[in-house]
Amino acid sequence: MIDTSIFDSQVDNAWCPGCGNFSILKTLKEALAELELKPHQIVLVSGIGQAAKQPHYIKANVLNGLHGRALPAAIGVKIANHKLKVIVTSGDGDLYGEGGNHFIHNLRRNVDITVIAHDNQVYGLTKGQASPTSDLGFKTKVQVDGVMLEPIHQLALAVTLRANFVARSFSGNREHLKKMMKAAITSKGFSLLDVLQPCVSFNKVNTFKWYKERVYELDETHDHTNQTAAFQKALEWGEKIPIGQIYSDKRPTFEEQQFALKDSTLVEKGLDLEKARDIIQSYI
Amino acid sequence: MSKKIVAMTGNHAVANAMKQINPDVCAAYPITPSTEVMQVFASFAADGAVDTNLVTVESEHSAMSACIGAAAAGGRVMTATSSAGLALMWEMLYVASGTRLPIVMQVVNRALSAPINIHCDHSDSMGARDASWIQLYAENAQEAYDNIIQAVLISEEMDVRLPIMTCMDGFIISHSIEKMELLDDNEVKAFIGDYKPHFPMLDVENPVTYGPIALQNFYIEMKRQQVDAMESAKQVILDVGKKFGDSFGRHYGFFEEYMLEDAEVAFVVMSSAAGTVKAVVNELREKGHKVGLLKPRMFRPFPAEEMANALKHLKALVVMDRSDSFGSAGGPLFTEVRSALYGVENAPLAFGKVFGLGGRDLEVHHVEELFKELDKASKTGTIDKVTDYITVRV
Repeated sequence: MIDTSIFDSQVDNAWCPGCGNFSILKTLKEALAELELKPHQIVLVSGIGQAAKQPHYIKANVLNGLHGRALPAAIGVKIANHKLKVIVTSGDGDLYGEGGNHFIHNLRRNVDITVIAHDNQVYGLTKGQASPTSDLGFKTKVQVDGVMLEPIHQLALAVTLRANFVARSFSGNREHLKKMMKAAITSKGFSLLDVLQPCVSFNKVNTFKWYKERVYELDETHDHTNQTAAFQKALEWGEKIPIGQIYSDKRPTFEEQQFALKDSTLVEKGLDLEKARDIIQSYI
Repeated sequence: MSKKIVAMTGNHAVANAMKQINPDVCAAYPITPSTEVMQVFASFAADGAVDTNLVTVESEHSAMSACIGAAAAGGRVMTATSSAGLALMWEMLYVASGTRLPIVMQVVNRALSAPINIHCDHSDSMGARDASWIQLYAENAQEAYDNIIQAVLISEEMDVRLPIMTCMDGFIISHSIEKMELLDDNEVKAFIGDYKPHFPMLDVENPVTYGPIALQNFYIEMKRQQVDAMESAKQVILDVGKKFGDSFGRHYGFFEEYMLEDAEVAFVVMSSAAGTVKAVVNELREKGHKVGLLKPRMFRPFPAEEMANALKHLKALVVMDRSDSFGSAGGPLFTEVRSALYGVENAPLAFGKVFGLGGRDLEVHHVEELFKELDKASKTGTIDKVTDYITVRV
């Protein structure tokens, strides 16, 4: 088995003490090690935000881009070399807010990548504004009268668009989180794992205790292949919040449907200039 | 007139000016270091101190889009952003100016990715210099406050009708507390007056269309009109600056001339760095050196003729750019200044230095080193390198 220390990076950590991100970071390293994945086989992609710093703290290939743009960069990586394990690890604001359009259309595209959304229902990096997952009525220094916009219901959105793997976990249950991470990473097609986590500095409502009291693990009575049942579980929120695999599907991936990617990856193909010239000539 | 001296950060100063302006609509998305402007303003809105409809949107692109819609509807509209936020607004910047809507935006200058950097340089607003937005730059919190109040009047003037960005240095000004003077609420209200929108969409008796297609038949005429609007803006900026000075004692023009009249060599530098350069100019003057400073306030429209007149008596000058235009003949300010001097008889030797990218500090001794180069150029009549970087590892 791989030692998790192989993923340790030398970058100083800038998260607040008590942040749920620490648990997600530690668990991801363990999940990667248990899956026998090595740093050179992995690409971690993020946008901007506190969660988006996570790739800095893991020794692997990393692409840290612009706010909201983790997904386009990630699918670019995957299409160029689909043998790599591409994992997006970013926040709710980045993935569902500024990057919301990319989220919707990459659910449709079904590229074989894993999205781990650190969901603390608030903007941490810019110090406490409402995010797309903030509950109605959530008060901040900007949303002083409380949030008036309906939360985005990202899991229901993913179920509606038939993502191949849709799940939720909680940073306060590392065993469950690791199980979900491993399932998400090994599942073929677009995998969404939304991880509830407290923001100790800027979300004083949805605290560790708040989540702890509400989350419960889905058992085998939930049929995650049933879209209607999955839709109901995806929308369950409030006194009880389900964690576990909500939905699964078997749609063919984007890469599987590309003729050019059948025999080898794009990077392995190289560039045959002679051939390219012949093709161009045939049109002149 | 009641003077109220306060200690404030640049962001708080701008938020207070916005409170006094009391715009109809603000649409914003958080980004460091401008987040605080809207956050402080939101508390004013919550307290009922303003009548503003504050819309928190999902991206800066949406923020500028909402501002455009609200301005077309006839509202007085403001927003604030920085860096990638301004870059994401890019296509909407052109819609705002092409539609001739008076929108006032505070830009808190910050470097652009990549690599990620939250600190000050002018890459963001300089990247938008061709967007047909008026641009004013502030040296300190006081100027940022004064500029944004004047910006409302400049932007709304019928002969101008262009959006305007007022710029201040991220962190250096936005987050530093300085002594400054706040005007009385009623004085600001009287100075900017009531807004009488032209062709508002909410005037249902007189329906109008904004943004229809104009191809080979009309597009170029509309662009040409923006050139005229920029030209008209020059006199309006002077008039509003004079009116502001006459009312409140602080006069504003295109640029500030600091010990420039009898100078033999001079620095040309914008924004907060001008404060550091002034300190060095003072020190060099005490030693008997004839050195001065020209601090541009208005970058768009660019006052080429006026600036050339102010600089033409010098032997040598250095233009300091806090951004670069990669692959060009120099930083944006340098190329403008040197172009302004073209054709001037016995024009001074001019060279450009890029400094302070990504918040790299500019210290007094760096400016002193630059003076040595200026001094050498004026004595030898030659320059070693037309453009270069300072305070950089090579």
